[in-house]
Amino acid sequence: MDIPADIPGLYNYWIVVVLMMVGFYVVISRTNLVKKIVGLNIFQTSVFILYISMGKVKGGTAPILVDHPVTYSNPLPHVLILTAIVVGVATTALGAALIVRIKEAYGTVEEDEIQAMEPDE
Amino acid sequence: MIAHNLPALQVVLPLIAAPLCLLLRGSNWPWAFATLVSWAAFAISAALLSQVLDSGTISYAMGGWAPPWGIEYRVDTVNAFVLLIVSAIGAVVLPYARVSVGHEIPAERHPAFFTALLLSLTGLLGVTITGDAFNLFVFLEISSLSSYVLIALGRDRRALTASLQYLIMGTIGATFIVIGIGLLYMVTGTLNMADLAARIPAAVDSRTLLAAFAFLTVGTTLKLALFPLHSWLPNAYAYAPSVVTGFLAATATKVSVYILLRFFFTILGTKYTFERLTLEQLLIPLATVAVLVCSTVAIYQNDVKRMLAYSSVAQIGYIILGIGFVSTTGLTAAIVHLFNHAVMKGGLFLALGCVMLRVGSVRLDAFEGLGRRMPLTMFAFVLGGLSLIGVPLTVGFISKWYLVLAALEQGSWLLAIVVLVGSLLAVIYIWRVVEVAYLRPPRADAPPVTEAPISMLIPTWILIGASIYFGIDTSLTVGIAQRAAESLLGGAS
Repeated sequence: MDIPADIPGLYNYWIVVVLMMVGFYVVISRTNLVKKIVGLNIFQTSVFILYISMGKVKGGTAPILVDHPVTYSNPLPHVLILTAIVVGVATTALGAALIVRIKEAYGTVEEDEIQAMEPDE
Repeated sequence: MIAHNLPALQVVLPLIAAPLCLLLRGSNWPWAFATLVSWAAFAISAALLSQVLDSGTISYAMGGWAPPWGIEYRVDTVNAFVLLIVSAIGAVVLPYARVSVGHEIPAERHPAFFTALLLSLTGLLGVTITGDAFNLFVFLEISSLSSYVLIALGRDRRALTASLQYLIMGTIGATFIVIGIGLLYMVTGTLNMADLAARIPAAVDSRTLLAAFAFLTVGTTLKLALFPLHSWLPNAYAYAPSVVTGFLAATATKVSVYILLRFFFTILGTKYTFERLTLEQLLIPLATVAVLVCSTVAIYQNDVKRMLAYSSVAQIGYIILGIGFVSTTGLTAAIVHLFNHAVMKGGLFLALGCVMLRVGSVRLDAFEGLGRRMPLTMFAFVLGGLSLIGVPLTVGFISKWYLVLAALEQGSWLLAIVVLVGSLLAVIYIWRVVEVAYLRPPRADAPPVTEAPISMLIPTWILIGASIYFGIDTSLTVGIAQRAAESLLGGAS
C-alpha cells in the first residue's frame, strides 16, 4: 500500500495540527481551571513547533559563521519563537497566579462550582 | 535629535518608565510619575500626527537596521490617529486615577498598578506604531498580559474569574494571530508589513495564504470582541477597577480594530480580502447582529457598568459595519467612530467611576436620586448617553451620519435602518439610568452623597466636552479619518 507523500513528508506539521487540536479541546472541554491552562500551554507549544519546522532546511546546520560555505537553517523563525516562548511562560505564570487567587477567593478551581456560587445577573 | 527619534520614544519612554515606577514609594509618587509619562506620550503622538499630516509617512529604522531586515516603525495617517487616541485617553485617565485608584486599590499595590498601566499603554502604542508583523504580536501580548493583571485588581472576586476568562480567550486570539503571521512568513519570507504587502500579490493562489487569512480573521475578531466572540468583554469591563475600565474600553478594542485594518487593507490588500474572499459578507451580518443583539442585552442589565460594556460590543458592531462597506465613506465612518467612541465611552466610564467612589456601587438602584445629589457627574453621564444614542451636535451623530451615508451609497436601506434601530435601543438603556437618577427620589435611609472631587470631574468633563466639541467642529476628526480611509483603500489595491 502506498502512503501518500504528505504524511511522512509533512510529519512535523501533522504533529502541530494534532497538538493544536488537543490543546484547544482541553481548553474548551475541561471545567478545571488548571487543566484549562495546561491545555492552553499545549496549544501554544504547537505554534512553537510550527515556527521551528518552517525554519528548518534539509541538511542544514546551525547558522554559525565559518570559512567555507555551508547550508544552514533559517535562524529567524527560531529566534522569533524564543520570544513567543517567553510570552507563553508569562501567560502560564499569570494564569496560574490568577488560579491561586481564585482558589483563595472561592475555595475551588472548578468552573461549574464557581458559576454555581455566582448566580448570573 | 529628539524630533528625529520620536517614533522610538513613543514606545520606549513608557516602556522604560514602567519598571522605574515600580521602584517609587510613597502615596503619590507612582501616580505622579505615570501621569507625567502619559502626558509626554501624548505630546509625542501629537507631534507625530502633525508631522505625518505635513510631510507624509514617517519610516523609522529601529536601532539603525534598515528595513526590511531590521524592525521598522512606520507612522502614516491611520496609525498616527490611533496613537493620538490611545495616548490622549491615557493622558486624561491618569490624572483621574489618583483619587479613584486610591479608593479602589490598596495603597501597597499602587506602584505595581501604575507599572501595569504604563505597560499596557506601551503595548497598545507599540502595536499601533510598529511596521513589523511579529513585533506587533509581541506588543499585543505586552498590552494583553498587563490588562489581565489590571482587570484582576478589581475589588469584586468575580474580577478574578473575568480576568482568567479574558486571559484564555485573549491568548487563543493572540496565538491565532501569531499562527497567521507565521504562515504569512512561510509564503513570503518577510515580516515587514510594507514588504509583505508587496510580495503577497504573487502568492494569492497559495493555500497557505488562505489559512493565514483564516487564522488572522478569527484572531483579530476575537481580540476586538466582534459578536459572537465577545463573551470575555462584559465581565472583564464590569469587574475591573473604574480607571481600568475607562482606559481599556476606550483604547484596547480600538487598537484591535486597527490590527484588523492593517492586516486586511494594507498587508493582504482589498483585492484579496474583499474581492477574492469577500470578507465583507462575513463582517456585515456579524456586525448587524452585534448591534441589534448586544444593544438589546444591554437594556436588561442591572449593573450599569455591564450595560455600557454590552453597549461597547454593539458600538464595535458599528465600526465593523463601516469597515464592511469597503468604501471611503464607510471606512471614514469606522475610523472616526474609533475616536468618537473612545471619547464618549471613556467619559461615561469615568462618570461611573465617580459614582463608584461616592456611592460604592454602580448597580441601577444605586443611582436613585443621584441627578440632584451628584449633578455634575450625572449631567456628564446624560451628555455621554446622548452621544451614544447619536443625537445631533454630539460625536455619536457624526459617526452614525457617515455610517448611514455609506449604507445608502451602496443602496442598502436595510443596514441604514439597522443603524437607526441600534440608536433607538440605546435610547432605552440610557433612559433607564436617567429615569432612576432624575425622576426617582433617593431612598429615605440612603447615606448622604456629595459630588465627586474636582480631580475626577475635570477628566470626565474633558472627555464629555470633547464628545460635544468634535460633534460640532468635525473638520479635524473627519478630515483625518477621510485621509486615513483614502490611504487604506488607495495604498492596498
